Parts: sequence; C-alpha cells; structure tokens
Amino acid sequence: MMASTFFRSIQNHPLLLCPTALFRRKNGVLYCTMKGTEAQTATQEKQKPHIKVPPRTRTKTIDKISKDYEAIIGIETHVQLNTHTKAFCSCPSNYGSLPNTSVCPICMGLPGALPVLNSKVIEFAVKVGLALNCKLSFNSKFDRKQYFYPDLPKGYQISQFDVPIATGGYVDVDLPVEFGGGHRRFGVTRVHMEEDAGKLLHSENGSYSEEITVDLNRAGVPLLEIVSEPDMRTGIEAAEYAAELQRLVRYLGVSNGNMQEGSLRCDVNVSVRPIGQSQFGTKVEIKNLNSFSSVSRSIDFEISRQVLLHSQGQGDQITLETRLWEEGAQKTVTMRKKEGLADYRYFPEPDLPGVILTKEYVDSIRDSLPEAPEVKRRRYEKMGLSMQDVLLLANDINVAQFFDATIAKEADVKLAANWIMGDIAAYMKNEKLTINEIKLVPQELAELIASIKGGTISGKIGKEILFELLAKGGTVKGLIKEKDLVQIVDPLEIEKMVDEVLAENPKQLEQYRGGKTKLQGYFAGQVMKVSKGKANPGLLNKILLEKLNSKN
Amino acid sequence: MLSTLHPPRSLSSRFPRYISSLPVTLCTLTAQSPPSQILSIRHALLSRHVTATQLAESYLSRLRLTEPHLRSFLHLSDAVSQQASRIDELIAGNEQVGPLAGVLVAVKDNICTADMPSTGGSRVLEGYRPPFDATAVRKIKELGGIVVGKTNLDEFGMGSTTEGSAFQVTANPWDVSRVPGGSSGGSAAAVSARQCVVSLGSDTGGSVRQPASFCGVVGLKPTYGRVSRYGLMAYASSLDVIGCFGSSIADTGILLHAISGHDRLDATSSKREVPDFASQFASTDFLESKPLKGLRVGLIRETLDDGVDSGVISAIRGAALHLEDLGCSVSEISLPSFSLGLPAYYILAASESSSNLSRYDGVRYGNQVTAGELTSLYGDSRSKGFGPEVKRRILTGTYALSAGYYDAYYKRAQQVRTIIRKSFKAALDENDILISPAAPSAAYKIGEKKDDPLAMYAGDIMTVNVNLAGLPALVLPCGFVEGGVAGLPVGLQMIGAAFDEEKLLKVGHIFEQTLQNCRFVPPLIEDDSAW
Ligand SMILES: [Zn+2]
Repeated sequence: MMASTFFRSIQNHPLLLCPTALFRRKNGVLYCTMKGTEAQTATQEKQKPHIKVPPRTRTKTIDKISKDYEAIIGIETHVQLNTHTKAFCSCPSNYGSLPNTSVCPICMGLPGALPVLNSKVIEFAVKVGLALNCKLSFNSKFDRKQYFYPDLPKGYQISQFDVPIATGGYVDVDLPVEFGGGHRRFGVTRVHMEEDAGKLLHSENGSYSEEITVDLNRAGVPLLEIVSEPDMRTGIEAAEYAAELQRLVRYLGVSNGNMQEGSLRCDVNVSVRPIGQSQFGTKVEIKNLNSFSSVSRSIDFEISRQVLLHSQGQGDQITLETRLWEEGAQKTVTMRKKEGLADYRYFPEPDLPGVILTKEYVDSIRDSLPEAPEVKRRRYEKMGLSMQDVLLLANDINVAQFFDATIAKEADVKLAANWIMGDIAAYMKNEKLTINEIKLVPQELAELIASIKGGTISGKIGKEILFELLAKGGTVKGLIKEKDLVQIVDPLEIEKMVDEVLAENPKQLEQYRGGKTKLQGYFAGQVMKVSKGKANPGLLNKILLEKLNSKN
Repeated sequence: MLSTLHPPRSLSSRFPRYISSLPVTLCTLTAQSPPSQILSIRHALLSRHVTATQLAESYLSRLRLTEPHLRSFLHLSDAVSQQASRIDELIAGNEQVGPLAGVLVAVKDNICTADMPSTGGSRVLEGYRPPFDATAVRKIKELGGIVVGKTNLDEFGMGSTTEGSAFQVTANPWDVSRVPGGSSGGSAAAVSARQCVVSLGSDTGGSVRQPASFCGVVGLKPTYGRVSRYGLMAYASSLDVIGCFGSSIADTGILLHAISGHDRLDATSSKREVPDFASQFASTDFLESKPLKGLRVGLIRETLDDGVDSGVISAIRGAALHLEDLGCSVSEISLPSFSLGLPAYYILAASESSSNLSRYDGVRYGNQVTAGELTSLYGDSRSKGFGPEVKRRILTGTYALSAGYYDAYYKRAQQVRTIIRKSFKAALDENDILISPAAPSAAYKIGEKKDDPLAMYAGDIMTVNVNLAGLPALVLPCGFVEGGVAGLPVGLQMIGAAFDEEKLLKVGHIFEQTLQNCRFVPPLIEDDSAW
C-alpha cells in the first residue's frame, strides 16, 4: 500500500551492465537520503547514559482508570552486527553513504550467486546468546523467509525459523534511580541470525510518485533478532530493557548499538487487559522508535490510548495493527492493519549447510566473554558505590574498564569514581572525546589520587595536573617534578614566607591587629602566591594565624 | 549407412534371450570405439599437425551447417577465433597451454558467462549479461577451453524436452522431428552433432542424463557438491548439479576433472580431493578378457517395469549381459522406495524453485514492465516473463510451502527423500554400481508431450531418485531402438556411491571401449569425413 505510488514512472529499461549502476533506472538520478555512517563509538553516547523521560502528561482520570488495567509489553530488537564483511558475501558491512557502492552479485541477488556464511556472525550470535543466559542450539540451520519487496533482492530473507541459535534466556536490569529504581528480570524468548534488507530511497522533493531508487548497501548486513518475553509492564521498563541490550552488545563488541543510525532497532508490542484477566488483549505493534525515550513514551501513549478505549467500552477498536510513533506529535498512528498472519512460507535454506556448534567452540567463546554489565553493577554496588554511581560507571564498558583499571592500581574507589564522573567526564564532554581518546591513563589517575591523599600535592594542584594529563598525557610524578609542584610541608620554609609577606605588608598587618581579622584571607593568598601555590594550606593557615596573633 | 546400424540379428549372438521378439536393433562388431576428441586435439596441437584456429574453424563450419536443423544454441561467441589464435601464439612460442587448450565447450544458458548473454531460456532474463563467470566456466577458461556459445534449454531447467525454452525448439540430431530431451537438450544435441567437443549441462532431476540418452552421447551427473554451483541459475538448490556431456567417456571425465573441486563461493561444494579421472583408464590394448571381474552390478528391477519401452528394456538387458561378459556379477535388486521418488522430487523441486525464482521480479535486472503499483510491477513482470511450465512449478511449490500444507507436502517429501537416500546407500553397500535405463523411452516426437505435463514428468522416473540421493550417475549409449532414419540411441545409467565418479568412469570406459559394434554418430553428420 505504502509503495503503491512508488513505481509510477519506472519504465521498461534495457539492462544496465555496470553492477553499481544497476538500480539507477532513470536518467542516472540518484538520491542519497542516508546519513553517513561515521562510526560513532560506544563511548560517545556515554554522556547521556540515562533515559530522560519527562513526567507523563496524562489526565488524572486516565491515571485513575489505568490502575484497573495492566499493560503487557514485548520487544523485538534487531541488532546490526559490526562484522567486517556482510553475512553471506565479502562486501564491507560498514558501508559508506553512496548508494549501491558496497554490493556484489551475492548481496544483489543476481542469478547464480550463492550465499556463504561469514563465521563471525556465528561467533557474535553465540556471544550474545551466552550473555543473555540462553540455551544454545548446537544444531541449528538457516531458513528462507519469503516475501516480495523491492529492498529484498532475492525475494526471500535468509533467517532462522524453527531452530534459532539461542533460546530461553533473560536480561537483568536496574531501573534508573529517578524512576524509583529497582531490579527487574525480563525473559528472552529467542535470538536468531538473519540478513538485513536494502533501503528504498525517495526523491528529495518529498513526493515519491516521481521515482524510487533501491540502495542495497545494507542488504546482507548481518542482524541478530532478539525477541523478549512479554514481561514488561511500563514504558520505562521496556526502555531499560532496550538500554541493557545496547550495553550488552557494546560490552561484547558485536555492534555499535546506535539507535539513531538504526544499528539497534526496537519494535514494541503492547496490549492491555483488566487486572485479574489472564487472557491477553489485542496487541498493537509500534515501529519507528529511534531512541530509548521514544520507546518509553510511545508505550505510555499507547497504554493510555488502549486503556481509554477499554474504559469507554470501545475495546473492540483496538485491532491487530502496526502503528508508527510520531516523534513530533508524540503519538502513535495507524501504519497498516494486519489481516491474519502473514505466510512467509519458511523452509530450510538449501544453499547453506546446517550450523553446528561444538562444545569446545562454545567454551572458548564463553571464556573470552567480558564481565557482563549486570555482574559489574553488582560488584560496584558491593564496593559501596551509590546506585547512581554504579549505573553511570557500568553504563559504558570503556568507562567501566577505565575505572576497573584505576582501582586495580589501589586507587580509592570512591575518589576514583568521583574523578571519572566529575572532571574527567566534563572534559570528555567539552572536548567531544571518548574515554579511550583522552591522554590520561588509569595508572596515572590512581597516582594522582594517591598523591593528593598522601599530601604530595594539593587538591587544587591535582586538578591542574589532571587537565594537563587529560590533554597531553605524561606522568603525575613527571609533571610534579617538571613544574616543581611538590607541596611545601616544611613549617620553617612556610614560616619564612609568612614572615616575608607580613614584613611587606605592614599596613595591612596593623589593620588586622586593629580588629580587621577578615584580612587573614588576604595574607593567606599572598603567602600561597609566594609559594607558587605549593604551600600546604593547612600548615600555611596554622602558621599564619600564629604569626598574626602573636603580639610581639 | 543403415547397414552398420541394422545388422543381421544372428550376429548378435550375445543377446539371444532378449532380442528374438523385440524391436531392438543391435550393432555390428566392426565400428571403432569412440576416440577422445580432447586427447586427439591436444596431440594434434602440440605436435603441430593442426592449429587451434583450424580446429575451431572445422567445428564452426559444421556448426553453421547443422545449426539451422538443430537450433542448439541461443547465443554464439564472437571471440572463438580470437581465442584460438591466442592458443596458437602460445604454442608457437613454446609456452605452456592448459589441458583444454583449443577445446570448444558449449555451455547451457542457465550457467553464467560474463561476456555473453545468459538467459536461462527465459524471457524474464532476455538480454541479461551477468557480471561474472560461473566457477565451472571460469575453470574451463583457465585451462584453455574456448566457450563456443550458450545452449538452449527448457526455461530455467524445468522440462524434459527443451520445448520449454522461451526462444526456440531444439531438434534431435538423430531425427530432427524428435526432441533432444531436456532440459539440457541444446548441450546434448551440440555434442551429438559435434558442434562442439564437450558441453556443460545441469541436472536437477535428470536434465543431463535423459538428453544424453536421447542424443546418444555420454552424460555425467556428478555427486551433489562435487562441482561448484556458483553461477548456475538455481532451479532446486538441493538437487541442482552442473554436469558434463562428451562423445566419449574420456572427454566427459576430463571435463569433469576440469570443473570439480571445492569453491569458497559455494558452501555446499565438497572439500574432497578430486581424482584425475581420465588417467585411471585402462588401456584398451591390454584389456584382460574379464577386465571387470568381481565388480558387483545391481540392475534395479523397478526400472524395467510396465511403462518402460520394451526396446529400452532389451537394450538395458543387453548391456547387463555385456557387463557380465566383462566379468561383472550382475544381479537384479529391488528398491521398493523407487516409485516414491517422482512425487517427492516434484514437490521438493517445485518448492525450492518457487523460492529461487522469486528474485526475477523486474526490479534489478531482466525485463521490467511499466507499472503504477508495486504489486503490478511484480505481477506483470513475472506473468509476462515466465512460461507456463515455470508458472506451474512456482504455483505448485508455493502451495506446498504454504502454512497448513507444509507438513503434508514439503516435510513429507523430505522424509521420503531420507528413505530414498538410505535405500540407495544400502543397495550401494551391496553393489559397486547400480544400473537402469536413463529414460523409459528413446527420443519422442516434438510436440508429443507438450500439452501433457504429467506424461512428461513421468519420463523423469529413472533419474530423479539419483538427485534426491545426491549420487553420481553416468549415462552412456548402449544400444538402439527403431525409429528415425537410423534408429534411436538408448542410454544406460550407471549409479555409483557418493563421490565415486572415478569408478563409474572406469567401468564406463571399459564398457564403451568393448562395445565394439556401436557407433553413436548421428545421421545428420554421418557424411562428415571427420567421423
Ligand atoms: Zn555483497
């Protein structure tokens, strides 16, 4: 239906021989609406680890009615795997923005071309399956899912149907503190491997009656589809589930997990039922969710919409359909009605042998898995960090690894967390750098913390050194030595400087002794200046006070 | 000419029990056994008796003479003489040339060739030129072979007569009013009429073996996985194999050796070692009296049932006696699951084809209709692009894979396939090879079964089981039945264990070299001095 007008002007054109020109059916016009795939690393998004959801703006009435209903939410997530090459051919999967430049006979579905599985796809699927606590299928296979669409070159998608590679797992999440916190476990029904489709590009003038171009750069890029159990009850739970999947795939290094770029796509199923009813209500699918907050808000909108219909006796108005989340209007709208179940005529893919895993293979992957986010969070919690700190630190594996490396050098846990989430995070944000791009290394952060704690340098100097280290690198010891920044803790030396300052400011001294004791700060500043900031502030003040008040 | 093919029956004393009342004609004891064209060409080139250019020209001139009668080719290469003279330059410069240097190879048009159209015999791909060579074609070219052209076929390999081509009907060189068989009818006819030296076909349910039988040439269906399918337009992926045609066992074996082996572009291609099939051949000059002594041969009883022409039965029984003469112990064996093969094959092949042909949607290549809507773009492109037999199979397959029918059809057919595979395995544990006719009859008239698809499907009974079991099978001419002006050839099918092409070719070679009284040169070129 959506595409009904797309093809109005496609003419009967002779064959084009150049593969990269195969889709330019008309006058060589090419549109590129795709964003460049500048590889945004996981850490860059670190700055907003939490889902920011404005308080729901619902009328009191609906809130009241809502209490009588319960929402059932399940999520299908597609994760684009960051393998070097596509799932079944050797085209780079990290394609550029120019349409149909990362294609070959195989991913274009040319006659006679055959798929050959990229073994990395299996490896990544096994990683994710294990990390989601799933049971792995040691004997799985690929199947063909058949339907016609111009972005699907072969007329079928290579996917997995009745024997997915992983089943029956779960995800543990900690809800954000600002939403009341709490721990939840959501079931994962299955994880399966499949290939992505291409993209339809429309003409820039907005109307797609003119022409349509098919861009197959994305066709054949490997995906994992992760299907949750219908275990979520609120928008925030669903968003947190999705966020945990994002953390997980980033921890595992199998995807950049970027929602804006479509590397992580969530389709949400929502139904409501009166509390106490065991039968599920009619479920509605929501698409076009490109951020966690849109996941959360679209679900809350949809729950309200369905509850309202139920409460008005119009429950039958809720039909099996796909709805689109409109970010601008903050509402869901009907995209297409589902008439019965689509028959995809699945059957085993005869071009690919079965996927057989050995115990040794799975064990070697299990042994190579990084510590899971959930395990990290529990460990940080046990160290005595606040939940806020725990969530922030564990949100990004690179940050967490930096933290872990710092405390491995015996740094104070709390201080290390404070430095990382305070000045270091602020610096990264300003400079638009990831934690892996800053020049500071964990060992030096530990050294810095120890130097301050041990009194070698003051906190103020520590900060100066930190920014030096962040921008230029080097060692704490080296900088202290180079800049002669060791704190002056010798009372005699400080006394000498105090004497010097008092001698140079007889007028102020007189005023002080005349009762203007506020001038103490002035003197302290002068002494600190003379010491080039190196005087131990405690000692300085103690000696200064003694001198000021000794009326000799 | 006729005298050589219609000998007095009394001469055929070796087959007395079977010939008395049957319309079978047997061969004289005088004709020479077929020579290897490839080895002769190599010898002639390297000894500089003839140039590749002269050789190519002799084939091309015969091709020009016969093609108006046969219509084997959909496209002829315009680079043959250029490639031949390149080989001549290499030889003149004393440089190495490949084992197929100067050998003209015809390629079935559902096998992709980069420099020529590849239509699969379908309107939907009219004018389509692939950007790559099929692996088998690439290997042939790398060994010096010259692709002479693209041969006619039933659209996408679906058919048994080559009448299912969207472009033309190919005739049988033995009788141009008859079909050459199919779907690789063009490749079989081209070798039979010596329009080329050897050719490539594809065999999903018998598409190499049945036309080999109809045209009196050697046809080999390799084990599934022996030859890469990369570049073969898929009909039924789990059954499709690229196969070889030659006018002798030696040529067929040499061609098989050239195209075999693992290909990283085909995940179903085998990593097994490829033996040098032709070098294993026994020299005919030193054959013992019983060269196949001890070889256990099972004659499949179910292939000689009702519905098989009596002449074909006689020829096969005669061939069995010949094998006994060579020292084999021949026994009749029963494969009870044999008759299940045909329905299982047609469900599985149709199911896979319904999926494999989805890509011909008019979006990326081939003919595209002007359409206002997506559904009509697909619908019109496909309804205008595909012929009736292809549509019939797509519909059948779509039905068999549909929700609610999958278990009753596709799944059940897969179960039958497993049974068939097991029964062949058991029979081949007991026997070295199994033998049967390659087809229930010799070549029939053009148009005879065109409007009766079920009758045409029934003709595949002898061959489909082998595809379901994934086994290798060799078809070689073994006799004649009456028909046409000079009799019609009958092929013997020899089925071997998986990856045992070597044994089939070895046995076939001895059979061929000792079948002294047959000469399988069609009347169309009988006058040609070269034969
Ligand atoms: Zn590709």
